[in-house]
Amino acid sequence: MGIVLELEKITKIFPKVIANKDVDLKLEQGEVHALLGENGAGKSTLMNCLYGLYRQDGGKIYVRGEEVTINNSDDAIKLGIGMVHQHFMLVPELTVAENIILGLKSAKEPLLNLAAAEKKIKALSDKYNFGINPKDKVRTLPVGIQQRVEILKVLYREADILILDEATAVLTPQEVDELFKVVKKLTKEGKSVLIITHKLEEVMALSNQVTVLRDGEVAGNVRTVDTNPTELANMMVGREVLFEFEEKEMDLKEVYIETKNLKVVDKKGVTRVNDLSMKIHGGEILGIAGVDGNGQNELAEAITGMIPFQEGSVVIKGVEKTKLDVRDVYEQGVSHIPQDRHHTGLVLPMSIKENLVLTDHYLEPYSNKGVFNKDVVDEHGAEMIEQYYIKAPDAGVPTRELSGGNQQKIILARELCREPDILVAVQPSRGLDIGATEFVRQKLIDQRDRGAAVLLVSTELEEILQVSDRIAVMYEGEFMGVVKNGEASISEIGLMMAGTRRSNIESQGEVE
Amino acid sequence: MGEDNKKSLGFASRINWSGIVTPLIGIALGLSVGAIFIWSQGVNPLHAYYYLLEGSLLSWASLSGTLVKTVPLALTGLAVLYSYKSEIFNIGAEGQVYMGAIGATIIGINFPNVPAPLHILMVLVFAGILGGAFAFIPGYLKAYKGINEIVVTMLMNYIALYFLSMIVQGPLKEPDSFFPRSVPLVDTAVLPKLFGSHLHIGIVFAVVLAIFLSWFFRRTTTGFKMIAAGHNPNALHYAGVNVKMLLTKVMVVSGFIAGAAGAVEIMGVHGRLIENFSIGLGYDAIAVALLANLSPLGVLLSALFFGALKTGANSMQISTGIPVSFVYMVQAMVILFVVASKEMPRIIAIYNKRRRVKKNG
Repeated sequence: MGIVLELEKITKIFPKVIANKDVDLKLEQGEVHALLGENGAGKSTLMNCLYGLYRQDGGKIYVRGEEVTINNSDDAIKLGIGMVHQHFMLVPELTVAENIILGLKSAKEPLLNLAAAEKKIKALSDKYNFGINPKDKVRTLPVGIQQRVEILKVLYREADILILDEATAVLTPQEVDELFKVVKKLTKEGKSVLIITHKLEEVMALSNQVTVLRDGEVAGNVRTVDTNPTELANMMVGREVLFEFEEKEMDLKEVYIETKNLKVVDKKGVTRVNDLSMKIHGGEILGIAGVDGNGQNELAEAITGMIPFQEGSVVIKGVEKTKLDVRDVYEQGVSHIPQDRHHTGLVLPMSIKENLVLTDHYLEPYSNKGVFNKDVVDEHGAEMIEQYYIKAPDAGVPTRELSGGNQQKIILARELCREPDILVAVQPSRGLDIGATEFVRQKLIDQRDRGAAVLLVSTELEEILQVSDRIAVMYEGEFMGVVKNGEASISEIGLMMAGTRRSNIESQGEVE
Repeated sequence: MGEDNKKSLGFASRINWSGIVTPLIGIALGLSVGAIFIWSQGVNPLHAYYYLLEGSLLSWASLSGTLVKTVPLALTGLAVLYSYKSEIFNIGAEGQVYMGAIGATIIGINFPNVPAPLHILMVLVFAGILGGAFAFIPGYLKAYKGINEIVVTMLMNYIALYFLSMIVQGPLKEPDSFFPRSVPLVDTAVLPKLFGSHLHIGIVFAVVLAIFLSWFFRRTTTGFKMIAAGHNPNALHYAGVNVKMLLTKVMVVSGFIAGAAGAVEIMGVHGRLIENFSIGLGYDAIAVALLANLSPLGVLLSALFFGALKTGANSMQISTGIPVSFVYMVQAMVILFVVASKEMPRIIAIYNKRRRVKKNG
């Protein structure tokens, strides 16, 4: 067994930030090497250097012992390096085979040689037990299988070094298990795999060796058998992580927000939320788990008035409505942490203090008859920066210049400082480092303890399990089941995430 | 464009140096390249520029002429700026100016017994309403139907242009005149002249409006919403603002200002409606707003610059033979250089970083 890929002192500098500094990494043949780090630790930058999307400012790359220069992804592919991106790069309307040969020269140029390609793909699929039919249209395949198509694409190009970028982010727990089997099979066949991840469980379950990145530098390099999750987490953050929140007996109040047979159909005519009824009491957190894209976001947007709903009603503090207006909802005491802070939550070129009054700008004391009270807004900005530990030189800095965690804190500050009765939080810790994640989750719990009704939508099961009082699992616009936290096992929740109703799980006992 | 400037608006109080320096660099580069052209014509560029300067700023006669040209450029420039703050590109100021001029004429040639200030106000308001109504169409289509406002406004300019032609050759034509023009405005609708020159009180309107807008975009919630809507309409929708309505209103107000600008031109300069009285004003206004880096007060200065170019061009032509159209070349080059030099600080920063890395690495 030799080293197939070696990165030596890779350095990459962007204006204002050093993304990678002297990063060393050695990938052994036939092994899985995990590149672990929080978001923003420099994992993606490193991989982009390796894949030719960026040019490193310093350091060397060796493939099979030889120093190489990689200028673009073609070079990488020629060297046998293949990347499976987090966001699939597939054309849904084309078949598996068509997707795989896309961009390759055919032997019969300028004609396609689809039959030969299909044969080769079938053979590859069989070799690795992928169970893929090359003639299937990609759009008909579940996410987990689509990912295998991506892997096949790389294998078809005869890569023997595979890079998997956050491969499990979009998968159900069962699909994750399947992926792990695939990866193990790949290494058995002599392929070497580099997985990029911020999930400790994945590293522990899959890798032979781990390199931990922190702030662009290597914080540790260990054999997986010699380490444990706690040690890895500490390397990632550089301090002890306390992910245990104080359990508190719920002090339930009346129902603050309720939906009755809610139905949301999107602009394309697809039903996103189907006949959904739920209730959330003051003083509890209802966590909505589910694989991304199963209607959770639409549910959150519908009850906050962001998008219209077609049927049913929403009851906010006893007032039932069949049509909502964002400002109306807001004035009823509903705060909303939207799923995408860049797309929705912030006006990035504007300053921190301006973003802090984005929702409140028309109210006293911030403004009076349409004219801002500059001093009040300034003061409010400074106050929030202090209270929410927003790292910024002053409140006049454009939010664009802040890190994701600090941007999210601005939204938290804005939405929580008014002490809402109802909080709708969608993916509140997405893309944040451990420290900021902890902060966000603590704030959610604080709101509950204060007596607010909290609706938490998250695709991170860990997050749901950590803070929710009750958990609802959503699949294709419906709740597969609603359980008290602790009542259902992770595998049960996983089954619900994949579309099995809880009632069926119980009646059938062990499924699969 | 105007990125830096808009960033520091709202109620940020920092001085925006790049917003001041960039246009100056653009002007310098534009004039330098222009000098090469003048030189190629066998004329000493310094001579040509001297006559340009002399004919535009160095005497009261030339300065007042420049200011007369500055007024419509400034007012229309502010109209363009207004909608551009919300990232709506109002190419239709041209047409809105025409509609305003028509409105101004309708009111201006009637009501001889109304006191002058009221009559002028009536003219401005009605002209603004016509301009605003004309801008409502592209505004509504943009906000509610997602139809590109650039295409719609540009095409509507032709409608306005030929509508005006039709009006001055038809219903509003001076009965016995050979020219396509209306009867003169009644005296109460003519803007008072200042200091015995052609300069009229419209200059005051432009300055007041610029100061007001400067305050408006810094301190009012509406200005704040407009800028926010330009950067991120989703965030504004999330904040409970009816963004579509807001953007439609923005376009209407922009059209209102352009319409009023047309009225000022009719009331202050021509005294009656004539065909083709302001060809290209709406397009020049875009250049004015861009050179001003979308700063309302900057619009006054950049309008003065373009006004000076236009006014001085004649004396330059008479003295050196460099054609008047030369200044339009310079005008275009200045804008190109301004747009290009906005990227300069970024490029320099990257270059410096690279050098530093090489040294250290």
